[in-house]
Amino acid sequence: MSGTSRAALSADGLGKRFGDRIAFENLTFEIAYGEVFGFLGPNGAGKTTTVRTFGTLIAPTSGSATVAGIPLSPENGVEIRRQIAIMPETPGLYSRLSVAENLECFADLYEVPDPTARIERALRAVNLTERANDPCGTLSKGLRQRVALARALLSDPQVLFLDEPTAGLDPAASREVHELIATLGQSGVTIFLTTHRLEEAERLCDRVAILNTTLQTIGRPEELRDRLFAKALTVKTAAALPDPDGVFGGLPGVEGWRPDGDGAYQVSVADTGVAAPAITRALVAAGADVLTIAESYHSLEDVYLELIDEDREAARA
Amino acid sequence: MNRRRIRAIVRKEVRGYRRNGSIVAAMVFVPFIFIIQPLISVFSLSSKAAMQLSHHHELLYLLAIPALVPVLLASYSVVGERQEGTLEPVLTTPIRREELVLGKALAVFLPSVAVAYFVFGVFLAAVALFAHSGVSSDIIRGPDVLVQVIFTPLIAGWSIWLGIAISTRVNDVRVAQQLSVLASLPTIALTTLISLNVIHPSAQLAIALGVVLLIGNRLGWRLVSTLFDRERLIASVK
Repeated sequence: MSGTSRAALSADGLGKRFGDRIAFENLTFEIAYGEVFGFLGPNGAGKTTTVRTFGTLIAPTSGSATVAGIPLSPENGVEIRRQIAIMPETPGLYSRLSVAENLECFADLYEVPDPTARIERALRAVNLTERANDPCGTLSKGLRQRVALARALLSDPQVLFLDEPTAGLDPAASREVHELIATLGQSGVTIFLTTHRLEEAERLCDRVAILNTTLQTIGRPEELRDRLFAKALTVKTAAALPDPDGVFGGLPGVEGWRPDGDGAYQVSVADTGVAAPAITRALVAAGADVLTIAESYHSLEDVYLELIDEDREAARA
Repeated sequence: MNRRRIRAIVRKEVRGYRRNGSIVAAMVFVPFIFIIQPLISVFSLSSKAAMQLSHHHELLYLLAIPALVPVLLASYSVVGERQEGTLEPVLTTPIRREELVLGKALAVFLPSVAVAYFVFGVFLAAVALFAHSGVSSDIIRGPDVLVQVIFTPLIAGWSIWLGIAISTRVNDVRVAQQLSVLASLPTIALTTLISLNVIHPSAQLAIALGVVLLIGNRLGWRLVSTLFDRERLIASVK
């Protein structure tokens, strides 16, 4: 080990090229210990290559990074892999071996002390104790994913990389995996989660980064929403207002408005706390029958699509 | 080198072989094919015709077994795991490539050598029990038995390194197996030529070949470890 860092994971201008093809480039960010970090991006954005690079499976072609406080370099490969665990997109279990035999093999590869107790604990964590002796080839996709998660937990990793952990799972199985990830996050494990399921990231992650070969943005989901979308109130009245400009114009905190269907209006505001009471009073004064006044909600999906579209347009230009 | 990690790979591989019907069948039937022809030729000889064998070394023909059986298994070891998607999780662990390669080689070596010795024993027993008198003594010669015992592990080791080397560089199991069989042909040809006395077996030749194989096995491990490129295997960079 040639140095240490306080961040669980950091990248400074990190990039990887395969010949002329750029897998990802100029990644710069830091992840704190105990953070659940979402890494979002479309297919081919470089998410899996990034995980493999942090996991020392692939050597970066530019920049530098630290993993679990250890500088990312070929000499530190073994030490880094000791401190982390990666759950790849496909579970990669030995189908002819039982669940316990699969875990036993990996417990030895990680040199975990008291492997029997550790395997039992990992199986309990993913609710698979009853299936310990079943060959992995007989398990459903969801159960295999849980075995892969148990395998990743065997070594008590400082940083856990989960690459598309719910890809191909049905909603019930996805929910189980989500609950497991949430439990891990609460227990203080640093989790680097790649996904293109945005509701998954929104539900589980403290912060997210959006990648499309280069880093598009990074922050808490609500920060990203605020950064990309103006705050707005959706106003619905029983009938269309005869003079909406007269109602909304000049109100404190209101920046503008536009019609959004029959009797519905999108009102851009600087501060909802100031604008909402003023709009309510103005509507009542105008004799309008108010049905609802609600803050417009932009999901992480809206943020994601906005950024990816912007990136595509920039690439075309 | 970490023995626990090497042992983990050996145990996992051997368990996988035992539960894979096609591998068990290949390990059982392929070696027996190699004793059919010698047994037929031995059993068809009368004791008067045993002189015909005096210039042949039928036992050495069986060295084709450690040349062929392990290469088939070894050729699957890396590319097979890669195709099944089980290689990446192993490579994410702290295992070094030298340990992984050695573990895979040992997992092929142990059953292959056991099978080769077993088939050799069956052949010797069959000749001793059922061949005409006089024939068995012309076939079962002390030096030939010694050569068989010593060269079986050496040839098996060499074949394993060939098989794993090919397995690390190709992207398809069938291609790996075809190339591996091709790569083992020179070894099989050499043992066959010696058994037919085309190349005259001698103590000097045995020592020279033994030394070459020992060095080859030592270099084979190093070379295969160098060829084992994590990035290429994971990212399929050609």
